[in-house]
Amino acid sequence: MTTRFAEVWDSDFVWNFRHSPVAILALLVVSVLVLAAIFAPWIAPHDPFNPATLNLMNGFTPPGEPNAFTGETFLLGTDDQGRDVFSTILYGLRISLFVGAAAVFLAMVIGVILGLVAAYVGGWAETIIMRIADVQLTFPAILVAMLIFGVAKGFTPPEYRNEVAIWVLIVAIALSDWVQFARVVRGAALVEKNREYVQAARMIGRTGPAIMMRHILPNILSPVLVIATISLALAIIAEATLSFLGVGAPPTQPSLGTLIRIGQGFLFSGEWWILFFPAVTLLALALSVNLLGDWLRDALNPKLN
Amino acid sequence: MSAMVTIRNLTRTFDVSKPWLNRVLERLPRQKLTAVSDVTLEIEEKSVYALVGESGSGKSTIGKILVGLLPPSSGEVRVEGVDLATETDPKVREELRSNIQMIFQDPYASLNPRWRVKDVIVEPVKVRGGKTEGLAEKLLEQVGLSAEDAGKFPHQFSGGQRQRICVARALASNPRLIVCDEPTSALDVSVQAQVLNLMSDLKDELGLTYLFISHDLTVVRHMADRIGVLYLGQLVEEADPETLFETPRHPYTQMLLAAAPKLDSFGETEAVPQGEIPDPINPPPGCVFNPRCPYATERCRIERPELRRMGETRVACHHAEEIARKLSLETA
Repeated sequence: MTTRFAEVWDSDFVWNFRHSPVAILALLVVSVLVLAAIFAPWIAPHDPFNPATLNLMNGFTPPGEPNAFTGETFLLGTDDQGRDVFSTILYGLRISLFVGAAAVFLAMVIGVILGLVAAYVGGWAETIIMRIADVQLTFPAILVAMLIFGVAKGFTPPEYRNEVAIWVLIVAIALSDWVQFARVVRGAALVEKNREYVQAARMIGRTGPAIMMRHILPNILSPVLVIATISLALAIIAEATLSFLGVGAPPTQPSLGTLIRIGQGFLFSGEWWILFFPAVTLLALALSVNLLGDWLRDALNPKLN
Repeated sequence: MSAMVTIRNLTRTFDVSKPWLNRVLERLPRQKLTAVSDVTLEIEEKSVYALVGESGSGKSTIGKILVGLLPPSSGEVRVEGVDLATETDPKVREELRSNIQMIFQDPYASLNPRWRVKDVIVEPVKVRGGKTEGLAEKLLEQVGLSAEDAGKFPHQFSGGQRQRICVARALASNPRLIVCDEPTSALDVSVQAQVLNLMSDLKDELGLTYLFISHDLTVVRHMADRIGVLYLGQLVEEADPETLFETPRHPYTQMLLAAAPKLDSFGETEAVPQGEIPDPINPPPGCVFNPRCPYATERCRIERPELRRMGETRVACHHAEEIARKLSLETA
C-alpha cells in the first residue's frame, strides 16, 4: 500500500499540484464550500425556511451585533424577515452547487455523445450537429437559458412551477452549455479516430458505439475534464444570473443568486450585509473553481510540462 | 496448394473533391483518386505474398480492403471463397473476420494507450464472446514477452516490444491470414530482424498465410514466397523472389533494384530513379510508367499493357521481351 501511495504522491500530476500554491488554495476553498453545502442542515445555526423559527423582530440585525429588540446576535446579520444570513448562504450554496454540477453533468453527457457521433459518423450527422452548435453559439448562453426557462414555465401548470423550477433551471443551463463539450470532443475525437488502434478495433469487428465509448472516449477525457471544471464555474454564475433576474431558483428555495437579488433591494438603505455576504461567497466559489480548472488545463497539457 | 485469397480486377477510387460549395463557386469538377486499379492476384495458402511499391502506390489500400476496413469500388476479393463486401450471412462474415487479422505499421499508434496489454490482446476474442482466461499470458510468452507484462500499459514498452504485442493480438483469434502493413518500418534496424524472425517462426509453427506490405526490398526478399510490384495502383510485375531479383522484367522493377543500395558496391554511385511518381488523380494515359520509362514508345502512351505471363513472371509491359533481349546482350 505504501508503494502505491508513494507512486501516486510522486506522479507528475500530484507533484504539479503540490507545487502550485494557487491550486492548493483553490481546492481548499472549494472543499470547504462543498462540505459546508453538503452539511448545511447540521452546520446552520437556524433553519431559514421554517417560518415557525423566524422572528420578524430580528429583521435587519447588523452582523455581529445584538438585535435591539430581542438581543440575539447573528454572525452575518439577518435579512428583512429576520432570517440568519449565514444560514441562508449555506442553503443557497447547496442549491447553487447542485444546479451547477447537475447542469454541467447533463451538458457533458449531451455534448460528449453528440461530439463523438459527429466525429465518428461524419457526413450529414456531423453537418447537422455542428451547424446547430454554431447557430447556438451566436446567441449568448444566458439568452438561450432564459428562452428555455420561459418556454418550460409556459408549459408547466402554476401549482408545480416552484417544484420543477430547479430542474428546468438545470436543463436550461445544460442546453446552453453542451456546445463547448461537443466542439472539443469532436475535435479530439477526429484526431483519435484516424489512429491505428481505432482501425484495429474496427477490423476486429467492434461496433461503432463500442469504439466510441471504449476506445475513443478514454483517450479524450482530459480535455473534457478541463472543460467540465471551467464550465462548472460558468454554470454557477449562469444560475446566479438567472436567479438574480428572477427567472431562476424560486424564493422558497433561494440560491446564491436569489439571495443577491433579495439583498440588492436593501443596498441603498444601508443593510449592505444582506447582499454582500452571498455575493462574496459566490465570488469565492466561482473564482476558486475557475482557478482549479486553469491549473488542471495546464497540468494535463503535456506541452507545458 | 490452393489459393487462399483471390483478388480479381480490384479497383478502389477515393473522392478527393473539394467541398460542395467550393465546387459550385469555383466551377470545379468532382475529383477521383484511383488508389488501386484493376489488380488481379492470388495468394497461396501458407505462403507469404509481398506487395512492394513506393508510397502512394496503393499497397496499404489493398491490405485494408482485404481485412474489410475499406470496401472495394469494383472487382472482388475472396478469402477462402467468401467475399466480405457482398456476403450477407452474419455467421460466415464473423467466421471470416476472425480468420483475418492485421498488424499495423506504427506500434505506437496501434495500441490503445488507455488499455492494459491483456485487454488489448484478448479484444479480438472478447468481441465474439470467446474464452479469454490466461490467453493473453500464453500469447505474450509465445511472442517472446513475459506473462507478467499482461497488466502493464503500452507506454511501458519499447517499439519492438509493442510490435510483439500487436503480433500477439493478431494471433489471439487463431487467424489463418495476417495482413502485415509495413510491420517493421517504424522499428530500429536491430529490432526489425527480431520481429521478422518471430513472424516467420510463427508462420511455420501455426501454418499462417501472410500478405506482407513493404517498401523495403531486402526485407521482402527474405520473407516472401511471391512478390508483387505495385506502381500507381497497378500490379506491374509479379514473381518469386529469386526470379524477381535475378531477372526483373518490368523497367520499373529494374529501376527499383538498381537504386537499392548494395553492400558490395560500396563507394560507387547508384543509379538514382529518374522522375517522380505521377499524380494519381490524373494518371498518364496508356502505361502508367511511360513518363519515366527509358523504353517507352508511342504504343505505351496509348494502350495500357495487360499483365501477362512470361516464364515464371507475370509482367505488365508491352516491350518486356525486347528489354530482356537487350539486357542479356549487354551482360553477355
